[in-house]
Amino acid sequence: MATSTRQSTPVVSQQARRDQFEQQVTLLMDRLYGTALRLARHPDDAEDVVAEAISTAWSKLDQLNDLDHMEGWLFRILHHTFISHWRRRQCRQNREVELEPENGDNRFSLFEKLHQPFLLWWGTPEKEFINTLLQEDISKAIDNLPDAYRIVTVLVEVEGYSYEQAARLLDLPLGTIRSRLWRARGLLQKALWQQGREAGLSKCGGQHPGASGGDV
Amino acid sequence: MNESWISCEEVVEHLLDYLHRELDGDASAEIERHLERCHDCFSRAEFERKLRERVAKSGRQEAPERLRRRVKEMIERF
Repeated sequence: MATSTRQSTPVVSQQARRDQFEQQVTLLMDRLYGTALRLARHPDDAEDVVAEAISTAWSKLDQLNDLDHMEGWLFRILHHTFISHWRRRQCRQNREVELEPENGDNRFSLFEKLHQPFLLWWGTPEKEFINTLLQEDISKAIDNLPDAYRIVTVLVEVEGYSYEQAARLLDLPLGTIRSRLWRARGLLQKALWQQGREAGLSKCGGQHPGASGGDV
Repeated sequence: MNESWISCEEVVEHLLDYLHRELDGDASAEIERHLERCHDCFSRAEFERKLRERVAKSGRQEAPERLRRRVKEMIERF
């Protein structure tokens, strides 16, 4: 450019930076808390994780070139914060990672329980089941998953991590992520099936002999 | 996987990876071709997709006012 300018790089004041940070954090608060709650299960723990993640984010804000990219960055910090909390607790309590014994639940399929062949998708019991499920039923089923399965479920299903990203964060082999997700899916669907039956949601349990999957 | 036609069992085995976009292009295309022709597998995939959407929504929960106040006070001290 030929024009002579004496422009200098705009310096964002500390106050303006803080305001922008606060604005973004406020917009993301429901998702930050929701994710932390699914991970930590208890509201108090979830609040601590969110507060610590925000504090860490502020202390590392210089590493972020563009505040408009804060969302993904802040969520990564949140996940790291939870994982370190969780590892410390496991270590303190000298606990092994809780894994459910293999008993066929990973093959449990709600679809196979509900599906009736020859019906079109939009009028099927499985679609009706999904539409009738309450969000709190799903949250409850996720919260009841053992840690090892719940954490990968939240990272991959809720937060959209790839298997590789989840493997890196949790320091686990890719195959373990895959098998835990598969198992988590079975456990989650079995829990939803049980909750649905208790709530009288499913009218078709056991009515179709073609369905496979273990009986509950 | 058989290149010309994969079985329903193979689709079920790989459906989760397919929905997570973890399959390579060829394997993913094989499943898509199967889903176009197989009503039961299509219904199964739709069911799993819808359920995943509902699970994903569980990450959104109204933050308590107490947390919002705590964070606001914390940021003011930064």
